[in-house]
Amino acid sequence: MPAPPLDPVVDEARLQELFDATVAAERRIEPRDWMPEGYRRTLVRQIAQHAHSEIIGMQPEGDWLLRAPSLRRKAVLLAKVQDEAGHGMYLYSAAETLGADRTDLTDRLIDGRQKYSSIFNYPTLTFADVGVIGWLVDGAAICNQVPLCRSSYGPYARAMIRVCKEESFHQRQGYELLLTMMGGTDEQRAMVQDAVDRWWWPSLMMFGPPDTDSPNSAQSMAWGIKRHSNDELRQRFVDMTVPQAEFLGVRLPDPDLALDPETGRHRFGPIDWDELKRVISGDGPCNAERIARRRAARDDNAWALEAASAYAQKHGARS
Amino acid sequence: MSARAGWPLYEVFVRGKRGLNHVHVGSLHAPDDEMAVHAARDVYTRRNEGVSIWVVRADAITASSPDEKDPMFAPSGDKVYRHPTFYDIPADVPHI
Repeated sequence: MPAPPLDPVVDEARLQELFDATVAAERRIEPRDWMPEGYRRTLVRQIAQHAHSEIIGMQPEGDWLLRAPSLRRKAVLLAKVQDEAGHGMYLYSAAETLGADRTDLTDRLIDGRQKYSSIFNYPTLTFADVGVIGWLVDGAAICNQVPLCRSSYGPYARAMIRVCKEESFHQRQGYELLLTMMGGTDEQRAMVQDAVDRWWWPSLMMFGPPDTDSPNSAQSMAWGIKRHSNDELRQRFVDMTVPQAEFLGVRLPDPDLALDPETGRHRFGPIDWDELKRVISGDGPCNAERIARRRAARDDNAWALEAASAYAQKHGARS
Repeated sequence: MSARAGWPLYEVFVRGKRGLNHVHVGSLHAPDDEMAVHAARDVYTRRNEGVSIWVVRADAITASSPDEKDPMFAPSGDKVYRHPTFYDIPADVPHI
């Protein structure tokens, strides 16, 4: 005689135990499992914010699609921007397994009720920025995302595995672009240095506030949806990037940056957390522009969705 | 209200290459089956990840419920003799 299924109200303590045991054993939580409401809410916010970042992230580089210096660079950039759209789709799909609705999530982004990565609120002033975004911004994203391939939530972890495979192309195309420019004229080398000067600090801010000011981290770590602290990931990124900068022949704009011979890790100067707060709260160089463009994409392209619906209706009625 | 509201959810399965099963890769919304296949190609096979795609409306899938996990899969739990490792064979018997 099969036992009756556990009741979410009566058996909550037992369900919580099963959930905790699954997370503790490094097994994955799947969509139809019972999960604490806070876990679901936090994941929806985390995955939506990640999805929004991919979608908004198409804009800074998309600005250079029509001005790419060669057909090869244009094809590469187009493929990369298309990937970012794909990453957004994987992530919205994962958010929907938690009961979220992607149309609603997009509305929340546009209304400012949900956020996206602060990094995409900076402008891309020259083509060297395309290379530096691939190298530094996608490099930082890889540091953040590789541990998320082990997220306790199955659909998110699987989406991250796909994303990470593709990010590797993004970072390499950026670094190759910069190597090519560094082998060019003095003017081109100066463009690369200028882009590095502008993107270095915002890239470090991508990892979020310092651990001392990250109140939700402990709970997220316990749930297995955050694997390393912000400061630890930031440190890994710095250690990884310094030798790449040396090889490239650019200077990272931090007079305090130095290898600590005792720990083998790099010390670096203080980060301007006020700038991060300003940019997150909407006062970065491009916040208004990014959202306006996303809003226009939703509203101006609504006709295409309507046409597809009409076609499906007509087609379905005929067959 | 978006025009896409009401588009059904499709689950997407991709056959990586000939000789392999179709494997679930994710989901998407589309207004009909045919457009779901086209969208699945763009979203899930940008790098030759597949030679064939299936899309299935999510509401057409019948699944076992995780809540019933124990009784549902219990009948095979105590039948260890269905596995080859259940049988002790002397190590010097060849090819078995």
